[in-house]
Amino acid sequence: MAIPISYNVRNLKLRKGLTVMTALGIALTVTTAVFLMALLAGLDKAFMTSGDPLNVLVMRKGSTAELSGGFDASLFPTLKTLPGIAKDAQGELLASGEWVVVVVLPRKDGTGDVNVSVRGLMPGGLTLRQEETDSKGQPRLKLLEGRWFETGQREVVVGKSIHDRFSGANVGDTMDFAKGQWKVVGVFDSGGTAYDSEIWGDVNQIAVDFDRQGGYASAYLRATDPVAADALKNRVSDDQRLKLEGSLETEYYEKQTSSGGPIKFIGTVVAIIMAIGSSFAAMNTMYAAVAYRAREIATLRIIGFSRPSILTSFVIEAILLSLLGALVGIVLILPFNGMTTGVGNSLTFSETVFSLHLTARVVITAVVFAIVMGLAGGFAPAWHAARQDILTSLRA
Amino acid sequence: MTLTRFVTKSAFRNRRRSSLTVLSITFSLLLLTLMMTVWRAFYIDTGTAQEAQRLVTRHRVSLTEWMPSFYREKIRAVPGVVAVAPNNWFGGLYIDDKPEHFFAQFGCDPDEIFKVFTDVQIPPDQLAAWQRDRAGTVVDSKLAEKFRWKLGDRIFVSGTIYPLNLELTVRGIFTAPQPTNSIYFNQKYVEEAVPFAKGQAGMFDILVDRPENVAHVATTIDDMFRNSPEPTKTESEKAFQLSFINSMGNVKAFILSICFAVGFATLLVSANTMAMSIRERTREVAVLKTIGFTRQSILGFYVSEAIIVALLGGLLGCLLAIAVVSLLAHTPGMGMFFAGMKITPPTFLLAILVSGAVGFLSAVIPAYHAAKIDIVEGLRYLG
Repeated sequence: MAIPISYNVRNLKLRKGLTVMTALGIALTVTTAVFLMALLAGLDKAFMTSGDPLNVLVMRKGSTAELSGGFDASLFPTLKTLPGIAKDAQGELLASGEWVVVVVLPRKDGTGDVNVSVRGLMPGGLTLRQEETDSKGQPRLKLLEGRWFETGQREVVVGKSIHDRFSGANVGDTMDFAKGQWKVVGVFDSGGTAYDSEIWGDVNQIAVDFDRQGGYASAYLRATDPVAADALKNRVSDDQRLKLEGSLETEYYEKQTSSGGPIKFIGTVVAIIMAIGSSFAAMNTMYAAVAYRAREIATLRIIGFSRPSILTSFVIEAILLSLLGALVGIVLILPFNGMTTGVGNSLTFSETVFSLHLTARVVITAVVFAIVMGLAGGFAPAWHAARQDILTSLRA
Repeated sequence: MTLTRFVTKSAFRNRRRSSLTVLSITFSLLLLTLMMTVWRAFYIDTGTAQEAQRLVTRHRVSLTEWMPSFYREKIRAVPGVVAVAPNNWFGGLYIDDKPEHFFAQFGCDPDEIFKVFTDVQIPPDQLAAWQRDRAGTVVDSKLAEKFRWKLGDRIFVSGTIYPLNLELTVRGIFTAPQPTNSIYFNQKYVEEAVPFAKGQAGMFDILVDRPENVAHVATTIDDMFRNSPEPTKTESEKAFQLSFINSMGNVKAFILSICFAVGFATLLVSANTMAMSIRERTREVAVLKTIGFTRQSILGFYVSEAIIVALLGGLLGCLLAIAVVSLLAHTPGMGMFFAGMKITPPTFLLAILVSGAVGFLSAVIPAYHAAKIDIVEGLRYLG
C-alpha cells in the first residue's frame, strides 16, 4: 500500500527552515537555467519570425551574409527581368538593390559601443516589406512615429530596438555616422524581427557615404506566390551570367540562429554544474530527513508498509521539495520576462536585439530539470530509508 | 586531544553529510572560479609587455570599412612608431562552415608583420621562404597540429567576402605566446585577383617604441586623419579585443549575476548543514560549558568547523576548475574563446577566500545561538 502524499507534505512543513533553505538553493539553480533558456527562446523567436517566405534574397555566390562583398550594379536590371516578381499597385516591380553596412554606436546605458546594421534600400525595398504580413494576415511593418525617409535625402528611419537602446534615435534627432549627419525622420516596428535592430536609409545616399557606389550587397525580389519564390530562387542561382545565389529570406535568418551558440554552450555548462551542486544539497537534506525519522520509518514498516512504498514515499518527498524550488525559481524570473537584451551576431557582425521569452516549453523544461535534481538527490537517501533495520531503528 | 584535532574531528563526525556539503561547495566554487577567470581574462589582464606596446588602427565608422593603404606611411612618420603593418580579415571558409574548422585568415605584408608581432617566433629560413612565395602562408603551430599541416602542404580557403578562393602553400609555422587560431598570407594575392581590394587596408597593427608613448601615438594618429574622408580609431590591442567581447552583449552583467546566484546558493547549502549539525549537538555544548569552555571558544569551535568544510570544498573546486579550463580550451568552436585562459594565483586565492567567507557566514548565527544556550536546558535537550 502506498503512503499518502499528505504525509510528505506535512513532513516538509514540519521542518520549515530546512525545507525553505534547500528549496531556495534549488530555486536559484532553476532561476539561472530558466534565465538562460528564456534568452535562447527569445533569440530563436527573433530569427524564426524574421524574413518572409515570398522574399528572395540575392547575394554574390559564396557570400554568407549581406555584409560580405557585393555584386556589380549592372546585374540588377537583369535580375528585374526574371519572371515571377510581384508588382505594386502602380505596376512597379517589387525589387530592391540594397547595401548593409555596420556603424558603431554607444549604448544609452553606457555599457559600451555596439555594432549596428545600417541598411540602404530602394523605394521598392520599402513597398516590398510593407507587403509582408504576419500569421494573422496583418501587415508586419508599422510606422510608429514620423514618416519614411525620402529618396535622395540624408534621412533615416530607425527600428524600435534602436530607438529604445541608443540615445539620439528619436524623431527630429540627428545621427552622426559615416561622412556626416543623418536626420531621423521616423521609427518603425517590424514585429520583433531582426529588422527592429536596423537603421534604414536611401540606398544611394548610403552607398556614397560608405564609398560603395556601382554595386549592391544584396537584392530583394518579392515573388508573386510561394511556387514562384522557389522558382525565382533557383533561376537566380542557376543563371551562369549572373554568378549570384538566391535564397528565401526565411532560410537566411534560420542560419543566423547559430549566433546563440556561445550562450547555449555556456548556459549548459553553468546549468549542469549548478545542478550537480544543488543535487548534493538536496541529498544532504533528504539524508537528514531520513535520519530524524528513523524510528518513524521503522514504525511504518511494522504496521505493514512495504519497502518499495517507503522508497517511493521518500523519493516523492524529494521531488516535492525540488518542485517547490522550481516554483520559486520560475516566480523569481517572472519580472524579467520581456526584458530586452542584445547579442552579437557573427554573420551580420552587429547586434541583434531580442527579448527574454518565458515560453511554455521553457517552463516545462525547468520543471523537468528540477525533478531530475530531486531524483538525483532523493534516491540514495530513500534507498537508505527503505533498507533500514527495523529493530535498531526502533531502539534509536 | 588538541583543540585543532577536536575541531577537525567534529567537522567530519557525520562523514556523509560533511562530504556531501564539501562536494556541493566544490561544484559551486568550480563555477565561481571559472567565472572569475573569464572576468580576469577580459577586464583585468593587461596582456604581455609586447601587447601593451601595440596599437590597432581601424576605420572610425566600423571594422567593415576600409582605409586607404597610404595611411601606413603617414602612420610610420608619427614619432614613436617603430613598425606598421596592414592587416586584412579574409573571412574565408576552410573545408566547410562548421565551427571546428574555423580559423582566421589575415592578408598582410610578410616583410613587416612580424616586426610588429615581436613576440611571435618563427624560424628565419621559414620566414624568408614565405616572403619569397606570394601564394605562401605561415600558420599557428597549434593549428598546424590540429589539422596536421606540414611545410609544403596546400591549404584551400574559399572566400565569402572576396570573390576569390585562396590556394596557399604552408611555408612556415609560427609559435605565439598564446594560440592565435590564425594564418597569415600575402595581401598582394588578394589585390591581384580582386581589383576593388587594391590600395585598401582593413586595419593597421602598430608597434610603439615605449609603453608610455602608446596613448600619445594613438591620439596623434587619430588627430591626423580626423578631417579626412576616412577618419580612424586607434586603440590598444587589448581594448580592440575587448570591443569584440562587448559586442557579444552585456557580458559583465551576465557574469556578475551568475556569480551572485552561485555565491548565494553556496551560502544556503553551507548554512543548512551547519544549522543541522549544531542543533544535533545541543547537549554536547552544555557538557562543554559545564567543564569550563567559554562562550567565545564554543563559538570559535563551530565557526572554524564550518570554515574547514568550506575551505576543503573551495580547494577541490579550484583544482577541478583548472581541469575544466584546459578541457574547454580544447572544445571545438569554444576553443578560441578559452585558449590562453589560465587560473592565476590571485584568482585561486580569491576563490579560497570566498569559500572561507561562506563558511564563516554560514556558521555565525547557528553557532551564536548554540553558544548562548542555558546549560541546564541544553543537558535536558533530547534532539
